[in-house]
Amino acid sequence: MSAITLNHVSKSWGAMRAVDDISLTADEGSLLVLLGPSGCGKSTTLRLIAGLEEADAGTITIGGVDVTRLSPAERKISMVFQSYALFPHLSVAENIIFGLRVRRVSRAERDARLRRVADIVGLAHLLDRKPSQLSGGQRQRVALGRAIIAEARVCLMDEPLSNLDAKLRHEMRTEIRALQQRLGMTMVYVTHDQTEAMTMADRVVLMRDGRIEQNGSPEELYNRPATAFTARFIGTPPMNLVRQGDHLIGIRPEHIRVVTGGDHAARVKAVEHLGADSIVLCDIDGQPISVRLDGFSKVQPGEDVRLAWEAGHEHRFDPATECRLETSAREGRLATSAG
Amino acid sequence: MTDLAASSPIPERRARSQAWWNAVNAWLLLLPAAVLLVAFTHWPILATIRHSLFITKRNGSEVFVGTDSYGAMAADPIFWKALVNNFWFALGTIPTSIALALIMAVWVNRNMRGRGFLRLAYFTPTVLPMIAVANIWLFFYTPDYGALDQLRGLFGLGGWNWLGDPSTVMGCLIVMVIWKEAGFFMIFYLAALQQLSPDLDEAASIEGASRWYTFRRITFPLLMPTTLFVAINAVINSFKLVDHLVIMTKGGPNNASTLLLYYIYEVAFTFQDSSYAATLTVVLLTLLSAIALLKFGYLDRRIHYQ
Ligand SMILES: Nc1ncnc2c1ncn2[C@@H]1O[C@H](COP(=O)(O)OP(=O)(O)OP(=O)(O)O)[C@@H](O)[C@H]1O
Ligand SMILES: [Mg+2]
Repeated sequence: MSAITLNHVSKSWGAMRAVDDISLTADEGSLLVLLGPSGCGKSTTLRLIAGLEEADAGTITIGGVDVTRLSPAERKISMVFQSYALFPHLSVAENIIFGLRVRRVSRAERDARLRRVADIVGLAHLLDRKPSQLSGGQRQRVALGRAIIAEARVCLMDEPLSNLDAKLRHEMRTEIRALQQRLGMTMVYVTHDQTEAMTMADRVVLMRDGRIEQNGSPEELYNRPATAFTARFIGTPPMNLVRQGDHLIGIRPEHIRVVTGGDHAARVKAVEHLGADSIVLCDIDGQPISVRLDGFSKVQPGEDVRLAWEAGHEHRFDPATECRLETSAREGRLATSAG
Repeated sequence: MTDLAASSPIPERRARSQAWWNAVNAWLLLLPAAVLLVAFTHWPILATIRHSLFITKRNGSEVFVGTDSYGAMAADPIFWKALVNNFWFALGTIPTSIALALIMAVWVNRNMRGRGFLRLAYFTPTVLPMIAVANIWLFFYTPDYGALDQLRGLFGLGGWNWLGDPSTVMGCLIVMVIWKEAGFFMIFYLAALQQLSPDLDEAASIEGASRWYTFRRITFPLLMPTTLFVAINAVINSFKLVDHLVIMTKGGPNNASTLLLYYIYEVAFTFQDSSYAATLTVVLLTLLSAIALLKFGYLDRRIHYQ
């Protein structure tokens, strides 16, 4: 019993509405990612769930219990702070087992759990150091260790991997996800890295200016972005948005091909070789568009090429509201298949 | 390559003269502070030590007596009385004023209404002039008319000469000094508390730590540098108290409230025995240096500094 539900929760500082009428549910044992650009209210939402901020309006329940007015301790959660919040005078080991000491866990169990967690976060050789003697990434791993050693039913993480290198980040990502699934934790995970969101999440909540832009599975956000904002945020590189007449059309870079006799004339601006594929940045009628090509593409900057994509891969948005136009896209698809 | 070899002596010479200028500059920058320190601290200390080894005759000539003055001091019951008094005075004031300061700081550090006013109220004893403080407390302690005795009167108890009785005079001084110092020390604690990141409290509260546990394991250890600073100050202050004694007790009755510095003051300016005063001063200096050594040599290494 550890599902988290937010019901019309708001929080503002003066006129600044950091969290504006948010409702969401993280199912028991699932990993929910709060995704969004900097300053959109992710940390505030997380702190509301943790009880570190008091909601101005709305209710928060954990495992069916209304916790809106409960203290952080009473909510029985663990958390990784964006700023790590390590105790500077305690060693790494003492930092990690702080909560176990509070709960008077026996010495033997404490040691066993510490050893296990230290292995997971790769800090076994640094347990006697003080936080000031660690690198940024190592500190972050201490914070991570302190959160996972609690084995709480609910774990909140605020950008726990932001300071790690690509390799370590990938390892930790896998590790956190495996741990979350093994222990059946309900996890709310804040990040502004959409790769993390796409790879780890059961459900992604994309936020913008304190509101929820879209709430869905990673596939949904990727395949059916509800707004142009989502479309621009998800994917590397993100979806191309091209204005054609009074339409706003979105096409993923991987759905575009360079073919002789394609429908759209474009000029190549630059080529990025990523190894397995290449990103070709082109220009259609003065609008930028990126194309993902397999392998080591031979197109040269300055070259004129023709691009083509299937109408079925087009996403249509209302140019004014930037909302997805469901029906017209289907009509468009029908029209092309009929024609 | 040859070009480089040919040109290398010139930068080297330039580097050497640069280093020389740096050194000269550094010494010039240090000079004002060094002059002040030597003139007003180091030289007087050396002069005092020298002075304690001589006695001045009535005609002004100095006679070397070696450690005779120290022998006389060891046999002087008032010196020992002052030293013991000072010990009890320090023991009575330091822990209590520090504890009170810490409690008040934690209390006024919270978000509540009238916080600024409360902070000011606690700080007032510190900004009051010493003479005014002594007068206020004289009013409390005056026999029969004083606030304390009026209070005793309510319970049907007779008057008590608080400052005139050897058994109570020290207690009275201790209470007054605690009242005066606690507010001052509180400011340091308050400043230190505001430096602490609120995240730490939050992290501890998420782990389920009670407020007391958090204070004991997190806040207090992180305040240790401040505690040390305040404690050293408190010790020094407990040896520095003179003005209140001059106004309130004059060391009496029967030397029950004579502290070391007050005794030095009396010896030097009432009895005009400057060489004995120098001897006593050397004892005071030795005590204070021992405390400073303890701080820098031992305690600093055991305390976590940010
Ligand atoms: N204590 C506070 N007082 C006033 N404004 C605040 C406070 N905390 C956050 N805000 C504001 O609320 C908004 C949301 O902040 P929040 O920390 O939730 O952003 P975030 O999504 O976590 O961003 P980031 O990815 O940069 O961490 C920001 O505009 C921020 O300036
Ligand atoms: Mg944040």
